[in-house]
Amino acid sequence: MIDKRVKTVEDAVAGVRDGATVLVAGFGIVGVADHLLEALHDQGAKELTIVANNSGNGDYGLARLINSGRVRKVICSYPRSGDYSAFLNAYKAKSLELELVPQGTISERMRCAAAGLGGFFSPVSAHTKLADGKETREIDGRLHVFEKPLRGDVALLKANKADRWGNLTYLKSARNFNPVMAMAAELSIVEVDEIVELGSLDPEAVATPGVFVDRVVAVGANA
Amino acid sequence: MTSPAYTRLSRDQMAWRAAQDLPDGCFVNLGIGIPTLAASYVPGDREVIFHSENGVIGLGPKPKPGEEDPNITDAGKNLSTLITGGCYVHHADAFLMIRGRHLDVSLLGAFEVSETGDLANWTTEDPAFPPGVGGAMDLAVGAREIRVLMAHTHKSGSPRILKRCSLPLTAPGVVKRIYTDLAVIDVTPKGLVVLEMIPGMTLELLQTMTEPKLHLADSWQALAPPQAKAA
Repeated sequence: MIDKRVKTVEDAVAGVRDGATVLVAGFGIVGVADHLLEALHDQGAKELTIVANNSGNGDYGLARLINSGRVRKVICSYPRSGDYSAFLNAYKAKSLELELVPQGTISERMRCAAAGLGGFFSPVSAHTKLADGKETREIDGRLHVFEKPLRGDVALLKANKADRWGNLTYLKSARNFNPVMAMAAELSIVEVDEIVELGSLDPEAVATPGVFVDRVVAVGANA
Repeated sequence: MTSPAYTRLSRDQMAWRAAQDLPDGCFVNLGIGIPTLAASYVPGDREVIFHSENGVIGLGPKPKPGEEDPNITDAGKNLSTLITGGCYVHHADAFLMIRGRHLDVSLLGAFEVSETGDLANWTTEDPAFPPGVGGAMDLAVGAREIRVLMAHTHKSGSPRILKRCSLPLTAPGVVKRIYTDLAVIDVTPKGLVVLEMIPGMTLELLQTMTEPKLHLADSWQALAPPQAKAA
């Protein structure tokens, strides 16, 4: 029997190692697995590399991990979003490294890892500082920049509903990075509002099939 | 010192002007800042689909009080809505649409634009703050047409339309049209062509606020948006 359900967020993040690359889904504060990020804080893993669009808000979730000195590096497109004081303080203190990546390149690098490809050439960032040191090639008269696949050891994801197979549905724009990150990590962990019976999700509405998911935990009011 | 014989356009008036150039049926991405305002000024007889980089296809206006949904935001993370006929895609598909030339137009803000259409809008290189590129580079090379909305000059009065950008580029040679608070200017192979100027503006005066040489279009017109706010 396939059963990816775990009872608690502590069980959900068990085994995340020091030095892990953690894919953190979300756009701003939408579609972010804040319960799992809090649990990862309490779990204690350190020297983490975080892949996310933004850099956390206030002093909870990703920002709390940064404030506690557990993040070695952030790979993101736009750290300056909302109350990003945790990131800003660490950045000024040079206690974490920033790898700034154009937003579409982040998700495509993860998609590439998920698809078993060795990288891709993109016109994005050609002739700019963000292409410094990268291989380039002219394709059909246009300069392209080589981008490597980006794989996570762990993905921390947020969905609306899951079944015990790990099939997922999302709410509106909270989908954002979740499907591509689910595909690109060795261990994909999902917090959901609700776990439902196998067979009760509309197969046409499943946006992430359970084959990409390892653990699901309910954190909603009805959990 | 005498006060100028002209009144600069407001941010809303600039957005109104840019919105008039969005044709019926087009698929458009609006950058954060002034471009976002353009969504409110599309003429009512046109269907325009707004793309938002976080995966909203058919972004609508701000929600009415009591109808806010925390799961729908625009690229600037403001609460938004979905129009009838709209849908959601995941992030990699949202950027496939951008890079793959599926967008007809992107309206972007900018710090500087060069006379050859170079765009600088992602970093001021302020050492006190981390840089943020977001989707700017993807949009700059991916949308079929890039149009910029920005104040014509810095607050100090120094030009933002330059022979060469002083700030790091987002992409070279991509800007086709510039909407400022003083004029509408096309970037052409022959140089910068002024299509419209606000009342009281002259080419000579505009040239003093612009580094590269300006050419006045034979068919140039007055740039006179309505004062009224969007409904």
